[in-house]
Amino acid sequence: MELKMFILVVVLLVGSLMPLRGASSSLGTGTTHDNHGLQNHQNSSDTTPSKKPFPVLSFDYDHVRTPFEISLWVLLASLMKLGFHLIPSMSSIVPESCLLIVVGLLIGGLMKLVGENPPVLESNIFFLYLLPPIILDAGYFLPIRPFTENLGTILMFAVVGTLWNAFFVGGLLYGVCQLEGHRLGNVDLLSSLLFGSIISAVDPVAVLAVFEEIHINELLHILVFGESLLNDAVTVVLYHLFEEYTSVGTINVTDVFLGIVCFLVVSLGGIVVGAIYGILAAFTSRFTSHLRVIEPLFVFVYSYMAYLSAELFHLSGIMALIACGAVMRPYVEANISHKSHTTIKYFLKMWSSVSDTLIFIFLGVSTVAGPHEWNWIFVVSTVIFCLVARVLGVVGLTFMINKFRIVKLTSKDQFIIAYGGLRGAIAFSLVYLLNEVHFPMRNMFLTAIITVIFFTVFVQGMTIRPLVDLLAVKKKQETKRSINEEIHTQFLDHLLTGIEDICGHYGHHHWKDKLNRFNKKYVKKCLIAGERSKEPQLIAFYHKMEMKQAIELVESGGGSKLPSAMPSTISMQNIQPKKPPQDRALPQLSKAREEEIRKILRTNLQRTRQRLRSYNRHTLVVDPYEDGWNEILIKKKKMMELEKKISQMNNYLTVPAPPPDSPTIARARLASDPQAWGMKSVTESIPTIKVDLASPQSPESVNVVDELSKKGSQPKVSDEEEDGLTMKVPSPVKQRKDKKPDEEDDKEPQQRFMRCLSDPGPAAEEEDEDEPFLP
Amino acid sequence: MGSTNSTLLKIPNVEVLMQETGFSPAHIIRLHDRFKALDKEGRGYLCPQDFGAIKELAMNPIGDRIIGAFFSPGKETVDFHAFVKILAHFRPVDKDRPKEPNSPEPINSRSNKLKFAFQLYDQDKDGKISRDELLKVLRAMLGMQVTEEQLESIADRTIQEADLDRDDAISFEEFRKSLEKVNIDHKMSIRFLR
Repeated sequence: MELKMFILVVVLLVGSLMPLRGASSSLGTGTTHDNHGLQNHQNSSDTTPSKKPFPVLSFDYDHVRTPFEISLWVLLASLMKLGFHLIPSMSSIVPESCLLIVVGLLIGGLMKLVGENPPVLESNIFFLYLLPPIILDAGYFLPIRPFTENLGTILMFAVVGTLWNAFFVGGLLYGVCQLEGHRLGNVDLLSSLLFGSIISAVDPVAVLAVFEEIHINELLHILVFGESLLNDAVTVVLYHLFEEYTSVGTINVTDVFLGIVCFLVVSLGGIVVGAIYGILAAFTSRFTSHLRVIEPLFVFVYSYMAYLSAELFHLSGIMALIACGAVMRPYVEANISHKSHTTIKYFLKMWSSVSDTLIFIFLGVSTVAGPHEWNWIFVVSTVIFCLVARVLGVVGLTFMINKFRIVKLTSKDQFIIAYGGLRGAIAFSLVYLLNEVHFPMRNMFLTAIITVIFFTVFVQGMTIRPLVDLLAVKKKQETKRSINEEIHTQFLDHLLTGIEDICGHYGHHHWKDKLNRFNKKYVKKCLIAGERSKEPQLIAFYHKMEMKQAIELVESGGGSKLPSAMPSTISMQNIQPKKPPQDRALPQLSKAREEEIRKILRTNLQRTRQRLRSYNRHTLVVDPYEDGWNEILIKKKKMMELEKKISQMNNYLTVPAPPPDSPTIARARLASDPQAWGMKSVTESIPTIKVDLASPQSPESVNVVDELSKKGSQPKVSDEEEDGLTMKVPSPVKQRKDKKPDEEDDKEPQQRFMRCLSDPGPAAEEEDEDEPFLP
Repeated sequence: MGSTNSTLLKIPNVEVLMQETGFSPAHIIRLHDRFKALDKEGRGYLCPQDFGAIKELAMNPIGDRIIGAFFSPGKETVDFHAFVKILAHFRPVDKDRPKEPNSPEPINSRSNKLKFAFQLYDQDKDGKISRDELLKVLRAMLGMQVTEEQLESIADRTIQEADLDRDDAISFEEFRKSLEKVNIDHKMSIRFLR
């Protein structure tokens, strides 16, 4: 049912495209309002030019022509995408890119039937508007760790593999053309090498489109994808090199040497340009705490400028974009608000999705539109040579690479890498850019490239999923890292660095450690605002997990029970630091529930802020809520015991909200209500406190700690919630209790913590969810 | 080659060493040179101060534990054999080695690597990582940047996640299980020692 309506809408849209274009073209370049469209018919009988009746309704298409058409195309693309997901059976067999190309073909066909000239994928539009969002999306969310671990392999495939492909295909095609003679005779060596270099590059758009749907394991994904990104430099250099010299006809050794130098300049230059813009963006984001709304804009504009600047100098724009995104990401994410992060993520995904849809549709349309010259031998041999070159290249390179890898690539991996070498729109656009004068066989090239693209996208794209299943290739593991893994991996990193130092070997870990140290010492201080610069990665990770759990707890805590059962815990949660940048999977709460939560948060936060504002760093000598803190601990301990009893009774694995009428819980809740003890401690703000108060309390606190540690059988969730609560509030009490010898240096961080907490930050009212409350 | 042979001969029981650890002669020589460089006084064995002289190791948060791992309990010196045996843990795993049914597990097997790492956590050698031991490690790694509460919360959370038999400590099996997704062969290997 929905499908039929959907198709109807789409047909109407497409239908509206034609007459509009027909109308506009037949009207020529008409300018004035009055003479257009309907008005024309109405006034045709009226010959007096002096006074016409006032035009109530006029039709002026040219005025809005360009944006209107662009919007129509974008709308069409989005509706197509929507449509495919309404047909689940199709989308599981055929990858989206194939369906989109088919749609493009249909539209192109329709347009041709109507007599319209279907638009071709303009290279300018493609390179300047359609490609950057996709690459930025890929670069910003590039998984850095697997990328750097496999960088050597990726570079080998990208550089050496592409060069091999280019020369193999180009050379063999030249041979074929020479052998064939007639009609192909004008393909000289340089032209065929140029063609080879264009067609040999694996296309990131196509790879992303297909690989995203098959959920292959991280290693293979990053290998193929990384290769598709990094081979841009090679393609750029080879393209310019051959294009430049085709008019002349020969290349000599100096040119080759210059080509190599050019390659280094193009790739490194692109990376440097990207890194500069990335650092600028990170630096800018440091100061945006007052104007959160435009934070995403900085990210997008700086990245786009990086791309354009690189293209300005004919450097590799793709590498610049990747470098920019990868460099700026850790610093920007530490600085920007949660909302900005979500905005950036969704905008990038949206733009890249639309771009990618448009690209494939246009590919289809251009196929129908573009001038074609079909030559069986050329096209078929191109396809065959491409496949053969890819397979040979991958096998040969893997053989060499495996000597240097710790985790070797198996033949299954090699097959997937070879099979995943898809060609796409970049190749098409590059051929389209060729000058007809210098390259009379351009149309033949176009046809051949389109055939190769279709072959790879349709045949390889459609069959890769069943092949992956057939070969039982490892899929992407869906589970996230546990905190154990995080801690132990860090531990192992330190261990390996230590062992490398003992061996006297400056290996992988040594340099990584040095880089991290440099990063922490200098770079983070410059680029990250405020106290976030000192937060170690493990803590950020831990916060993230706690937050997630807390949210899950809130959601599972039950609807009506939510307000009554959770006030104390939620208020404590709000003192927690800024929500973690990565991986914020906020659950879907109903509107009413959300409103309840918001109200609770608002009221409790106000209380929190009141409490915090009532003392500042100047009057604060000793932590005034030190005694309140111990009370909280005691209350919490009681709550935990109660919950333990409840869960033992109910055999739940998650903690249900305790029944609201339980008297002990109610008492505990009220007693631990922040406002209650908060006010008390303010009035008590006696600076002369309690170095001695600490001691009588310390045995008690010690008991509390021991109690806390005996939580073995407790249900996991409640524990985490409690632990999430214990985490934030700093406590000099605990420090003193532990009787550490090096207490002096504890004082300094404590002062710092207090300063942070007492200063709620600017514009705290609207920004309460976003403002980092930092330890 | 003559000089290398003579160096090899100087090392006592070098054949046994090579067989046990799987190092090639070139590696043994390289490690021997390093051993001699660390052993500044030429005594033929190393003591903790020699390790302490490596300045990068001093900056390592778990540097002293690593140094401690080289010395078996009670001994104050480590000779070349022990030195090489410990380092053998970090050799990359030979996937193509034929599995002889009766031979003992090689030192650089995944299991032994994990055992080595486990021992670095478990200082009192009771076979479990208790909460305190975990806290000590966390404190060493995270240092002054975090509060005691955070450390304790993290430690509690870690133990909770890994502890399957609810004894409030992480045994070796639980440790191994929590790292099953991590590629230990890759993570705990130094290419240089292949």
